[in-house]
Amino acid sequence: MTSERRFPVRLDVRNGAVDMSHGSGGRAMAQLIGELFRRYLDNALLAQGNDQALFAPPPGRLVMSTDGHVISPLFFPGGDIGSLAVHGTVNDVAMAGARPLYLAAGFILEEGFPLAELARIVESMANAANAAGVPVVAGDTKVVERGKGDGVFITTTGIGVVPEGILISGDRAEPGDAILVSGSIGDHGVAILSKRENLGFETEIHSDSAALHGLVAAMVEAVGEIHCLRDPTRGGLATTLNELAQQSGVGMQIREDAIPLRPEVAAACELLGLDPLYVANEGKLIGICPPDRADDLLAAMRAHPLGADSAIIGEVVEDPHRFVQMETRFGGSRIVDWLAGEQLPRIC
Amino acid sequence: MRYIDEFRDQRLARRLAKTIAAEAQPSREYRLMEFCGGHTHAIFRYGVQHLMPPNVRFVHGPGCPVCVLPMACIDQAIALATQHPVTLCTYGDLMRVPASERKTLLKAKAEGADIRMVYSTQDVLRIARHQPHRQVVFFAIGFETTTPPTAVAVKVARSEGLDNFSVFCNHVLTPPALRTILSAAGPRGARLDGILGPSHVSTLIGSRPYWFVAQEFGIPVVIAGFEPLDVMQSALMLVRQLNEGRCEVENQYTRAVTEAGNRKAQALMDEVFQVRARFEWRGLGILPDSALTLGEAYADLDAERRFPTQVAAAREVRGCECPAILRGVKQPTDCRLFGNPCTPENPMGSCMVSSEGACAAYWSYGRLREPARAGAATG
Repeated sequence: MTSERRFPVRLDVRNGAVDMSHGSGGRAMAQLIGELFRRYLDNALLAQGNDQALFAPPPGRLVMSTDGHVISPLFFPGGDIGSLAVHGTVNDVAMAGARPLYLAAGFILEEGFPLAELARIVESMANAANAAGVPVVAGDTKVVERGKGDGVFITTTGIGVVPEGILISGDRAEPGDAILVSGSIGDHGVAILSKRENLGFETEIHSDSAALHGLVAAMVEAVGEIHCLRDPTRGGLATTLNELAQQSGVGMQIREDAIPLRPEVAAACELLGLDPLYVANEGKLIGICPPDRADDLLAAMRAHPLGADSAIIGEVVEDPHRFVQMETRFGGSRIVDWLAGEQLPRIC
Repeated sequence: MRYIDEFRDQRLARRLAKTIAAEAQPSREYRLMEFCGGHTHAIFRYGVQHLMPPNVRFVHGPGCPVCVLPMACIDQAIALATQHPVTLCTYGDLMRVPASERKTLLKAKAEGADIRMVYSTQDVLRIARHQPHRQVVFFAIGFETTTPPTAVAVKVARSEGLDNFSVFCNHVLTPPALRTILSAAGPRGARLDGILGPSHVSTLIGSRPYWFVAQEFGIPVVIAGFEPLDVMQSALMLVRQLNEGRCEVENQYTRAVTEAGNRKAQALMDEVFQVRARFEWRGLGILPDSALTLGEAYADLDAERRFPTQVAAAREVRGCECPAILRGVKQPTDCRLFGNPCTPENPMGSCMVSSEGACAAYWSYGRLREPARAGAATG
């Protein structure tokens, strides 16, 4: 409330734009923070008004993660850079089996960026954080000259606590383990693609961007022995499986016909010459657990709204080459390699 | 997916595999060259080779437009984008093709050249309209299939008066390449029993241009679609021709290819392009009448005339077997560089760049199958 009294002329959010003074550390910056950021992201820790948030750590092991977001376009079907910045980091924290506690956010704004769009992004971020129950408790704003950024970049850092007895790590996959995926793949990448101006195809596909910590909590509660969890973001399912195979020193055998895939996504990929196995997701996870617990894990995942289309897609095998192999729908078999180069730049 | 899943049906594939195994005579070998990179990609992506009996083998042909582009061409494109104040537009696959001194268009872009990746010629026109005061060059490559879109873009640019649009034209023609491969005798030539003919190219030029293969070289041709079942059915058709001693140009891809081809597209090509007297192909050398350039009526849109470039002689990577692989003489695993250090992340030769290149297909999908020869399988 004090902020409003400090600035006789209110910030022109409707028609104004970011200028260099908004990153100067002076009054203009204080006004931007007070009248725009704090308006949406209000919470008790942020309201402390210091350069840091002060809180007592909960008992247990803490995890911490950070993620930079540079997506283009900033707004896409099913989300925007604000909600994505919350979901991305909440998910990275959650993939340790953790309960996310707090987020911090750093904004890099480009001179000339419309304040109305910034307000939309911050509001969306606040809505995502509220829905996830993970408040943004610290933040930072910098401004770069026109042409030195692309509207807005957001880096978020998250902290979370891992329940007693849970040990989830990418190096724990063992031969025989079952591989599960929480739903259809490739939705995010194709949704982004459809909005790239030079592609000009129309689709109703929405990004799957979502906070997965609720699903993870349900999974961990049902099956404490989960060995690995990871969200297949950039590089898609194929690349994430290769990462896990590499880290655990194992091979993987998956079945193409078991992998959930929307027909619209399959069609878009067919048209553009993309392989959906390599297309990004922002609201899916891969789970790996002992084979005798796979059915219980699958049931727990399917019972959660974000895991309704979950499936068992294959198993971990012994393989000194650490290859991921796939039985194709056609009846052949092939290697599913790491992604080489970029299928699409700047999708998250 | 309708019209797609039907051509990837597992039961039909098994049935076809059984028929091929029953009809292929164990006493003889069937070495079938699939001309197109699209075929190569399908064979590996769907694991078609593993459904074939061991004596029916696919030999990979030169039909990958990125792979047959000589290094000098990429050098020239980089020179164009760095020696002149232009925006150079090109398809994504070309960005990582190695040029001389391990340069690529991607690296040139990182160093400040204005190079954009486009999905179609329409994107290039759009860019040209958006920046009327800056020259926009389209780096056009591809076999006959990709020539009509370039021709249309040229005509649209002319009719709209887009003075800042031009084309660096590197379109190539299929029949001369096929003739060169079949003419090469001795150690430079591949031993071939049959040809799986191009599918998309043939929708344009028809099946007639392949008659010389059967008539002059006595090798049967089956024009084959790009779906895995198309490839298998075409292999069966070739096996039957060989067993029966026939030597014909047959058409498996009847849903898109006719004998005469697409006359409207052909007329468009004739109007806009003219045949180059000579053009260098990677692996095949300098071939007469094997590529296209803009015809005299559109010569003012020719980027080579508008922007002269200075390029030193191209230097190929030593040990790279792309040329022999493109002629069907060697397999990717015969190359000393395969897998170490040449991989899709760090390509030394063009065949490792495009997903239609034989080396990239071997590496990404099939390296486990050739463990004895692929020394770098664990890399």
